[in-house]
Amino acid sequence: MITRRVVPCLDCRDGRVVKGVRFQNLRDSGDPEELAALYEAQGADELVLLDISATPEERRHHHDTVEQVRRRLAIPLTCGGGVRGAEDARALLEAGADKVAVNTAAVDRPALISDIAERFGSQCAVLAIDAAREGAGWRVVVRSGAVRTARDAIGWAREGAALGAGEVLLTSWDRDGTRAGYDLDLIGAVAGAVNVPVVASGGASNAAHLAEALAAGADAVLAASIFHNGDLTVGAVKAHLAGAGFAIRP
Amino acid sequence: MTIQEVAVVRTGIANLASVFAALGRLNATPRLVHDGMAIERAARLMLPGVGSFGAAMAALTADGLIEPLRARLAADRPTLAVCVGLQVLFAASEESPGVAGLGVLAGTIARFDARVRVPQLGWNEVVAGTGCRWIRSGYAYFANSYRASAAPAGCASASADHGGPFVAGLERGALLALQCHPELSGRWGHDLLGRWMAAS
Repeated sequence: MITRRVVPCLDCRDGRVVKGVRFQNLRDSGDPEELAALYEAQGADELVLLDISATPEERRHHHDTVEQVRRRLAIPLTCGGGVRGAEDARALLEAGADKVAVNTAAVDRPALISDIAERFGSQCAVLAIDAAREGAGWRVVVRSGAVRTARDAIGWAREGAALGAGEVLLTSWDRDGTRAGYDLDLIGAVAGAVNVPVVASGGASNAAHLAEALAAGADAVLAASIFHNGDLTVGAVKAHLAGAGFAIRP
Repeated sequence: MTIQEVAVVRTGIANLASVFAALGRLNATPRLVHDGMAIERAARLMLPGVGSFGAAMAALTADGLIEPLRARLAADRPTLAVCVGLQVLFAASEESPGVAGLGVLAGTIARFDARVRVPQLGWNEVVAGTGCRWIRSGYAYFANSYRASAAPAGCASASADHGGPFVAGLERGALLALQCHPELSGRWGHDLLGRWMAAS
């Protein structure tokens, strides 16, 4: 049977991993290629590489980063950040991505999802949703959280899957960076609303949090800082999840 | 070390960077080809697959590659087919009704059961059947919505389960056909490609 995935995420800017990296035992702790190889060796099931560049100049460097990571990496690579059209997706795929994540631009123009799915296949089209709690539900937030839209997050996940998204990368805006654990209600609601795999993101600070997300219905769990701060290895997390009874690739 | 060349069929829609990177890690030299003679005669050929069954067959048809591929497979020259590359070896697929596949393997391709997540994205446990020379049991990465549910007669096969058993890989003569992505399957995939290269 299919196993649940543990997915480290690297936020990159100008060729460097930038979010909360405090590595020990690494000569150059912010080097994406070095980190990618380390996580693969630890047993990561795939990797997400997000481009958080602020300028076009930095963005050009990002394709070099993707190429460098690809040469080393023998596991799947999802790339995202600033993808506004099918041509942006093609450039990332040519550089070495296996899947491309879209977020704000898809909210602005939902046909972007079908453009990518039709050209490159649904298995390649990832819809990244940032969701913020509001009343009994969740709203989609965009532009790195600066804008709260009128879209219902659960409905948007359903619409994105219908447009051809082959996976939902679901981030809880409220929990991201808090280390308070994933928003389990959000995970359960989206996992129940769509038939495509759901990757949970936002709020993890220990292995028990990842187990909770899987129990809530996530097919994969994404985390950044818990791996970057060096306290937990991917291997230790996977051993915990396997011990908790989840199907995990050894 | 000998440089081993692998001709890779240009179908226009594939994660070629990952395929090229994986071959590069094996010290092989990938070469993109789309002419019939090269495809029929290359010492080793890889038919990669990302995209739909219909799109892959349309690309092969447009470049006049159907007959060269059939001739190559009939002559049992070393061929590696991956994902949709495996699927087009069959006669047809639910994904693209009315589109004929290469038909060198008996059977058709169908969508996964709706009770499981589709597409299947992730690592699944592969069990190699008796007679597999290259495929070993282990975990491999899959990214597919359609699959063959039974191996054709005359093939050694490996299976995995996603809402029921399906064909994870097939071996027949010098043909290695994989539903999984060896280029994304870590050490397991690296070693599998290495064994096929060494034998080809």
